[in-house]
Amino acid sequence: MRYAMAIDTRKCVGCSDCVVACQTENNVPIGFCRDWVTETVDGTYPNVSIELRSERCNHCDNSPCVRCCPTGASHIEDGGIVLVTPHKCIGCGACIQACPYEARYSHPDGYVDKCTFCIHRVRKGEDPACVAVCPTKCMYFGDLEDPNSEIVNVLKNRKFKALAPEAGTKPQIFYLT
Amino acid sequence: MKEELFVSGRNIPNIDPYLNIWHWQIPIYLFLGGLAAGILFLAGVYTILGKEKQMQATVKWAPFIVPFALIIGLFMLFLDLKHKLYFWQLYTTIRLESPMGWGAWVLMIMTPISIIWSASYIREVFPNWDWKFKFLKTFELWVIKNRYYIAWPMAIYAVILGIYTGILLSAFNARPLWNTTILGPLFLVSGMSTGAACIILMSKNHEERKLIGRLDLLFISVELFFIVHMIMGFLAGSEVQIQAANLFLGGQFTAPFFVFVIALGLLLPALLETLELIGYKVPIVIPAILVLLGGLIFRFIMVEAGQITRYLY
Repeated sequence: MRYAMAIDTRKCVGCSDCVVACQTENNVPIGFCRDWVTETVDGTYPNVSIELRSERCNHCDNSPCVRCCPTGASHIEDGGIVLVTPHKCIGCGACIQACPYEARYSHPDGYVDKCTFCIHRVRKGEDPACVAVCPTKCMYFGDLEDPNSEIVNVLKNRKFKALAPEAGTKPQIFYLT
Repeated sequence: MKEELFVSGRNIPNIDPYLNIWHWQIPIYLFLGGLAAGILFLAGVYTILGKEKQMQATVKWAPFIVPFALIIGLFMLFLDLKHKLYFWQLYTTIRLESPMGWGAWVLMIMTPISIIWSASYIREVFPNWDWKFKFLKTFELWVIKNRYYIAWPMAIYAVILGIYTGILLSAFNARPLWNTTILGPLFLVSGMSTGAACIILMSKNHEERKLIGRLDLLFISVELFFIVHMIMGFLAGSEVQIQAANLFLGGQFTAPFFVFVIALGLLLPALLETLELIGYKVPIVIPAILVLLGGLIFRFIMVEAGQITRYLY
């Protein structure tokens, strides 16, 4: 099993529903977020192109955050989901430095927090909150090793990219372009 | 024109504009670690060479600073932790892949060695010192007899500790300014230089000061070479590394880096130490203090600047 996400940058309208859904679902403290939307504008008016991306932890296959964790609090769960165990985390901040996507932050309670792919929902067979709530249905969540899953299908038929692949992290969030 | 805008919850004060998670504690921790490594390395080497008599400050007096430096350093690391009550888990896990993890272990080994080393010399400072318990006296005798054999692992561990202070930063691929293998040797030699400066400050023997001053000159030269090497390496690297180097070459850290680290922390002390070697009278305290301050500021700048550099996508 290898969970991953594909996000259609052509369908995304940047409404930030995914951000709000995540904050509500996971009780993210005010002033922080586990996912966010970036807007990249290329060119000058009237010849501009815009790319909207809903970004979050990439649940990398070669995760630098897990490697550098001194206590093993950052670990990889079944399905490749990168998680932090709060009672094992000492809050040293090494994983925050190690992440090229700046996907981690220091929770006001002291431990490091990040996107969990809503593992509590995924285990029940539901989609992560951000995916479930997206009004344009631009996100696909699923198992890359299941040949019949929607995500495998969409990645077969569309061009896609990952963020900073040169960082060598093997990110698992794919952006359909 | 390429412009990136954050349109959602990401433009919030607690996370953006960049994740600056390490503050003043980490540079002090790295500085004290390097200082301790420098002193213990020189103490070990001169003990191995059998020069305890000629190099009193190096072998005996300066190591008294080390236990304090290491304990304050570990306390700085503790202050940096955000989940403080769980800190003990650093020492219930061994994860060799994590520099933070094995660094904490190296310090855990170094601190007792440095305490034992200093304790074995305490009766030379306070002749009336009494250990109260017999086993402590027997242990002291054993340590004094086996100093040569303690000096070897001490010098080797000191090198590991000095390199570790650089590797703690260089292991992070996500921060291009840190992600260079030269950072380990650079921090090691900078630590050696601050250690030597500390010995110079404590020594009353002219010959010893002169010898350590010469060594310091060597360390400073190597450090300058490594810094040039590092920046050249960045400039020959990828876009993110070029941007990292540009922080020092016209970017926001240019002035503090060239004024405090290069000019006042390296070139001026090197010049003063050279003048002294030629025969001019220079109060050796000045270059020593400049080296110490330069080393401290260098670590502040590296930690601060590194956290600004990031991958572009």
